[in-house]
Amino acid sequence: MFAIESREEIAPRFHRFVVRAPEIARKHRPGQFVIVMPDELGERIPLTIAHADAAAGTITLVVQEMGKTTMAMGRMNGGDGFVSVVGPLGAPTHIERFGTVVCVGGGAGIAPLLPIAAGMKAAGNTVLSILGGRTHELVILQPEMTAASHEIFLTTDDGSLGRKGLVTHALSDLIAERGKPELVVAIGPAVMMRAVAELTRPLGIKTWASLNSIMVDGTGMCGACRVSVGGQTKFVCVDGPEFDAHEVDFDLLVKRLRMYLPEEQVARERYLEQCRCHEEGGGHHG
Amino acid sequence: MADEVKGVPELPKPERMKVPRHPMPTQDHHVRISNFDEVATGYDPETALVEAQRCLQCANPPCVKGCPVGIDIPAFIDLLRKGDVAGSLVKLKETNTLPAICGRVCPQEEQCEVVCVLAKRGEPVAIGRMERFVADWEREHGTASTPELAPPTGMCVAVVGSGPAGLACAAELARAGHAVTIFEALHKPGGVLVYGIPQFRLPKEIVTYEIDALTAMGVTLRPDFVIGKTASVHELFWEFGFDAVFLGTGAGLPYFLGIPGENYIGVLSANEFLTRVNLMKAYDFPRHDTPVRPGRRVAVVGSGNVAMDCLRTAKRLGAEEVICIYRRTRNESPARREELEHAEEEAIDFRWLSAPLAVRGNAEGFVTGMQIQRMELGEPDASGRRRPVPVAGSEYEIAVDTVVMAIGQGPNPLATRSTPGLALNRHGNIVADPETLQTSIPGVFAGGDIVTGAATVILAMGAGKQAARGIHAWLGRLKAGEVEKPRLE
Repeated sequence: MFAIESREEIAPRFHRFVVRAPEIARKHRPGQFVIVMPDELGERIPLTIAHADAAAGTITLVVQEMGKTTMAMGRMNGGDGFVSVVGPLGAPTHIERFGTVVCVGGGAGIAPLLPIAAGMKAAGNTVLSILGGRTHELVILQPEMTAASHEIFLTTDDGSLGRKGLVTHALSDLIAERGKPELVVAIGPAVMMRAVAELTRPLGIKTWASLNSIMVDGTGMCGACRVSVGGQTKFVCVDGPEFDAHEVDFDLLVKRLRMYLPEEQVARERYLEQCRCHEEGGGHHG
Repeated sequence: MADEVKGVPELPKPERMKVPRHPMPTQDHHVRISNFDEVATGYDPETALVEAQRCLQCANPPCVKGCPVGIDIPAFIDLLRKGDVAGSLVKLKETNTLPAICGRVCPQEEQCEVVCVLAKRGEPVAIGRMERFVADWEREHGTASTPELAPPTGMCVAVVGSGPAGLACAAELARAGHAVTIFEALHKPGGVLVYGIPQFRLPKEIVTYEIDALTAMGVTLRPDFVIGKTASVHELFWEFGFDAVFLGTGAGLPYFLGIPGENYIGVLSANEFLTRVNLMKAYDFPRHDTPVRPGRRVAVVGSGNVAMDCLRTAKRLGAEEVICIYRRTRNESPARREELEHAEEEAIDFRWLSAPLAVRGNAEGFVTGMQIQRMELGEPDASGRRRPVPVAGSEYEIAVDTVVMAIGQGPNPLATRSTPGLALNRHGNIVADPETLQTSIPGVFAGGDIVTGAATVILAMGAGKQAARGIHAWLGRLKAGEVEKPRLE
């Protein structure tokens, strides 16, 4: 059992967990992830590590409620525990002094971006971060990302925070004003990463994307996470999760992410039904 | 079931040959295709003892030589015949740590039974079925005893991987008095016994029971721990304080064919398909959260034991048509005859001499079918089997929703890649000394599929035991100061 030390709702449906996992905390490098199985009947889901504190023996995970598993996790608290947390998995981000690095994060992708931005800054890069979300409260980890960056630019779809529009608009303007950066790191929904890749490709700017495919074991054993990169099949869990964004077949990634949509729907509805029953049951006693 | 087993008399030798081999009782195939319960239900005590009477008790028994771990087969059978089931189990466990598992999944027809003297003129003694009976009887009656352990040696061994090789190695080392910790990447120990072999062939309760027996012997289990990620082999020696390391990480890397359309949604490796169903219990979705969706028509590529497991699992998940695609014929199929026959009874559609050329999909990326090429057998190839060659112009299409690739597995490179100085062959398998199973790094041993390539449970167990002897000797020399722990950084 991996003890949850705390859970905090940092934005609507975004939860920050601090989990006791000393061995993972000790070995974690930016870009790596863990596979979490919340309970005995649970599924194994990949979650990127937002922060690791080797001295405290804890890792920080940011979870967005999407399906049944993440919704149920959102109801767990300090004192509860996850049945299984394994890692750190995947290849660490290649961090060196490139010059200027633009970190582009969307939605839950801001969490895994945080240690990468911090690592790039510590390596002597000028780190410019662009964070986006649907609305102001969904642009998570602003204070942490501000500390990990030299400058930060915010966008929202509804204009409630920063400039109205998409991260790609901000990236395009940033490149126009400041010139081409040496590297762009994009983490977020697949469609966002694809848009960033399409923007930087004609400009010849090196761009990395961290992919979020479906996984089971996370150790290269099952191949559920396979993607096509430069025409070659790669396993995200061991060959990635970061790849050259210009080589990734994002169409395939987007399609493969939809594999279990009907089952996800069934599980979510069943879970919500159970929650309603519990609440009604609780009402009788109250 | 009676709680006491009464022995039966020894028959005169000519009489023994007249007793026919007893078939294994099985669930009716109409019933079993809609459940995951064990297909073979096992001998009852009467059948087991009468079968035991058939053994000729050869003075120079060929069956023992046929067994990869050299079980004293006539001795365990004779104890069974006398009604001493407990004694029979002790005899089995002298050489085989996991008889309930081997009695079920060993290919006896290629090992001990094929060389049985009775097989020359009729049918061999049903050695595997009796092995299973003895182990099951003792487990169900709670009479199995914990083996005696040597006094603690103060030496610690890390066993990497909790599959058959790791379990057998850990058991031997624990018996010799060493402190053993098994590291497992998944959340449950057992390796292929848990994620790969289906419930209907090997109930998971049996694996759990055997692993509980190991922990009762003092073996420590560390699930959720990936060597090469959570800690390196070097760290096992110098930070965790282990004195020797055994690598039994198995054949965990799925192969794909490299044909067009292989990344369409609905093409799965056998590992993924079986792991979802066996380890994650997707057959019980949505009670268990992991889904699997075989669809109406499932094609499995390959015809080994793993392919049989996939075909029969797809059937049990409710697929209407389950098709086996194999480029050679039934005669060349590497699956056990018993598995093939069970699959045939379960109405699997076998397409022999068929090779997949491409997977077809729709605009949303879902599998819709396969293009198949008919084959014929040509000249024998390097393996001695006749090489399948394409029949020109014979391509045809089939409609399927799911394709499972069961064409073999390679060595998983996570542990090996992260261990500098570890010699590998060109396939990525670890090179180990054939006697001691020590690798190119002193103090690091390896055995099972990670050394041999994908093979059988019993061969991996045999390798685990053999490595345990090598490790025991190494620990003695380490204690005497003749060798030093390796530095890998």
